[in-house]
Amino acid sequence: MGNFRFHQYQVVGRALPTETEEHPKIYRMKLWATNEVRAKSKFWYFLRKLKKVKKSNGQVLAINEIFERKPTKIKNYGVWLRYQSRTGYHNMYKEYRDTTLNGAVEQMYNEMASRHRVRQHCIQIIKTATIPSKLCKRESTKQFHDSKIKFPLVFKKVRPPFRKLKTTYKASRPNLFK
Amino acid sequence: MQADQGPLPVQPFKRYVEIGRVALVNYGKEYGRLVVIVDVIDQNRALVDAPDIVRGQMNFKRLSLTDIKIDIPRVPKKKTLIDAMEAADVKNKWEKSSWGRKLIVQKRRASLNDFDRFKVMLAKIKRGGAIRQELAKLKKENAA
Repeated sequence: MGNFRFHQYQVVGRALPTETEEHPKIYRMKLWATNEVRAKSKFWYFLRKLKKVKKSNGQVLAINEIFERKPTKIKNYGVWLRYQSRTGYHNMYKEYRDTTLNGAVEQMYNEMASRHRVRQHCIQIIKTATIPSKLCKRESTKQFHDSKIKFPLVFKKVRPPFRKLKTTYKASRPNLFK
Repeated sequence: MQADQGPLPVQPFKRYVEIGRVALVNYGKEYGRLVVIVDVIDQNRALVDAPDIVRGQMNFKRLSLTDIKIDIPRVPKKKTLIDAMEAADVKNKWEKSSWGRKLIVQKRRASLNDFDRFKVMLAKIKRGGAIRQELAKLKKENAA
């Protein structure tokens, strides 16, 4: 498990109790943010759009980070997202193969940035789920569903093992085969 | 991945990324360690395991594939992995292979202290002397 840029948080909040509404409904959201402060802010952003409550008349009851249950098991993740492009909003469904959900979400953000030039703040994650192999839709994830998978590494650039040994010039052409 | 291509022609590749392939880590924190590829995550990463590390993912760029392959099911339990490694005798095979032996020699050379290096110098001189004696003998026989 590495350092993830995006952490998954569970934020629980409600409107502040008033005389008319003694026990307001409590809402829970699971979201991705780089830190807890941002997570709370995102929580209010989404809750404002769904219910008539703002940060000024509400309270966050709990915020917990959610960690991966089985970080050594490879899973297929499906991510449903809504993103803003230069011309409008679109929905997307993307599949990733990873060991952790945070890793898959990070892959998603990187891919959206590279393929569609969509930055982090223009992406809203609607839903994520682990998909069993049978229900995967994308060929690029389905090609790894092979228990006897076997392929050669075709382009093998050997790196110096630490950056101190890096040189700009080399005496001979490196052998990229194997 | 290659199941639908029919019989494979002779490929120039001998070492494949496959489940059970033993690889050497050539970059990063685990540098120099032998690990086993236990599953493939996607095109660039593998799930990798060794008897004394937590199973984790590693980029193929950090791995150098070796010739050794052990027989394991797809994601084996730690105990199964250790048993399979014992059965295939990975450690001994590695230390006997020319690649493994070179690494051992490199490590030994890097850990010499000054007295050891002095001893190595004397040994080299002695060896050189013996070679030159033999050479001189052969030259004399040839000339005669």
